[in-house]
Amino acid sequence: MPSRFETTDELEPPVIDPGPDKIIAPGFTYATVTDKIAGVVFKPIQTTPKQWFISLFLAFVAMQGLLAGACWLFYKGVGVWGIVVPVAWGFAIVNFVWWIGIGHAGTLISAILLLLKQDWRTSINRFSEAMTLFAVAQAGMFPILHLGRPWLPYWLLPYPNSMWLWPNPRSPLIWDVFAVSTYLTVSLIFWFIGLVPDLATMRDRAKKEWQKLVFGMLGMGWRGSAKHWARYQMAYLLLGGLATPLVVSVHTVVSFDFAISLLPGWHTTIFPPYFVAGAIYSGFAMVVTLAVPARKWFHLEDIITMRHMDCMGKLMLGTGLIVGYGYCMEAFMSWYSGNPHEMFMYLNRATGPYRYFFWSLILCNILIPQSLWSAKVRQSIPALFCVSIVVNIGMWLERFIIVITSLARDFLPSSWGMYYPTQWDWAVYVGTLGFFLVLMILFVRVLPSISIFEVREVLHHLAPNIADDGPAPAPAHGD
Amino acid sequence: MTETFADRHGKYGVMAQFEDPEQLLEAANRAYAAGYRNMDAYTPMPIDGLAEAVGFRRNWVAPIVLFFGLCGAIGGFSLLWWISVIAYPHNVAGRPFNSWPAYIPITFECTVLLAALSAVVGMLALNKLPMPYHPVFNVQNFSRASVDRFFLCIEASDPKFDLAKTRAFLEQLNPEEVADVEK
Repeated sequence: MPSRFETTDELEPPVIDPGPDKIIAPGFTYATVTDKIAGVVFKPIQTTPKQWFISLFLAFVAMQGLLAGACWLFYKGVGVWGIVVPVAWGFAIVNFVWWIGIGHAGTLISAILLLLKQDWRTSINRFSEAMTLFAVAQAGMFPILHLGRPWLPYWLLPYPNSMWLWPNPRSPLIWDVFAVSTYLTVSLIFWFIGLVPDLATMRDRAKKEWQKLVFGMLGMGWRGSAKHWARYQMAYLLLGGLATPLVVSVHTVVSFDFAISLLPGWHTTIFPPYFVAGAIYSGFAMVVTLAVPARKWFHLEDIITMRHMDCMGKLMLGTGLIVGYGYCMEAFMSWYSGNPHEMFMYLNRATGPYRYFFWSLILCNILIPQSLWSAKVRQSIPALFCVSIVVNIGMWLERFIIVITSLARDFLPSSWGMYYPTQWDWAVYVGTLGFFLVLMILFVRVLPSISIFEVREVLHHLAPNIADDGPAPAPAHGD
Repeated sequence: MTETFADRHGKYGVMAQFEDPEQLLEAANRAYAAGYRNMDAYTPMPIDGLAEAVGFRRNWVAPIVLFFGLCGAIGGFSLLWWISVIAYPHNVAGRPFNSWPAYIPITFECTVLLAALSAVVGMLALNKLPMPYHPVFNVQNFSRASVDRFFLCIEASDPKFDLAKTRAFLEQLNPEEVADVEK
């Protein structure tokens, strides 16, 4: 049986993807899997792949769009954006909803799949939790930038102030403040607490003094005590149990921002489940988009295997179908309601001034992802990567259609108006994409991007007696 | 308080190193059966049943989370009620001041926020972390406790502890190595 350790070339052992049946390549021991994942962080800077530097540079350049866009916005005001009356919610809200949604797959992978005991989540949960955190950070910026007076966001919070004013707890916009800030906090602690045992591993593996110091501080003196693990696992399980309804509530509350209003196309009860499914859909697409380059750069194909890619493809297909059902229901209800405004709303989406966006959205979100029915597509990295990009674009278009078309043409033709994004809308949007990618690209290099202790647990469950010395397990052929 | 062995000899305990988790689990069960109570096991990943084997009985994390979750729910709801009924009553289209269904989303978020924070803070506090120094790190091979080795430490504070006897006891459990843990 060929083993990945047979090679004598120590610098670059060939990495073999074990295919769609295995969640980890055979031949790993506790020590080798630790070395492999920690090795990505401890790699000397000279051996960091060139693509990593190029991507970091490009993302950093894109991030300057946010700097420029935000500075100009703070100087001039929200008039630099394309928002007008009646379309007062432009890119800022489109991007807010899109980014928050992307975060949702991370929580789904780490919390819901934890509760469902899906062991394939292990190799990708840390990575997608980081994605959640960074995506929610981007999302959180938009409502603040959109405030008009962005230096006063704390007015959203209920705090005793000299004006004796309190926010209105009956408004979904205030629900949003609580939902998003809770989501960010819980995502952060979930991610960090998952990291602690691995930070302790990093502390024990570090060679340089400053690395020992940094990982030692972050690892908090974790020593792997059985009693600590018992409390840790209980806390982790409870966090998973809390994060599961939380993630559903967050996009539900985001959808309430729309559904509680009376606008045709917004005032509908299907919004909460449809938003949550769309969120998970776009989130899985983003996980795939990010995982494909990351596993290639750091040769992690034997830990993030084709099985993970296949599972994510299936989940994209599943959530995509729910989203498709949502579209059908929107169309059906607008006809079945008998309400002329609702009927007009749907016709306007499909044939009105934003029809190109609408039909691209149908193409990206419904038609192209049907290719995921084929195992060949799910198990081909380039194909899956392309579909994931298409879905990312499609979900962004969906947010655009929802936010813009309903505002642009409401009940009275006299109050209609068109929305055209300006260069500053694009600058801020592209800037947050850059910021997100910068954070992600740095993360995969400076912290263990795969949960090492959970992979050890998987190894333990697969084969209880695999611990042994050194990097080489008993070779299949004598040497 | 009576003087323990640890106070007299400056040892924290004796630690045995095992190659795989099953051996460690077996050793922990035998140590418990032999009457040792103050001991702990150190592993690179959670092992089912190990905490119970070293005498861990009461896991307080869940009750703490329940308590703080309820505090979050009651606190969140009360805040909203107080704002809209007492502090800043505001007539919105003739709806009652105490329009409680509208408070549910924030009440829920406050519940989750406090429960989640208490899960993490409670777990760390019960584990007495962060802890910058601990005697077990004095064992030379202990850095492998976070990689691929499994350790059992019988602590000197145990009433049954005796350096030579405990050492001999651990040596018959088929460990790779037995080491004294300096304080």
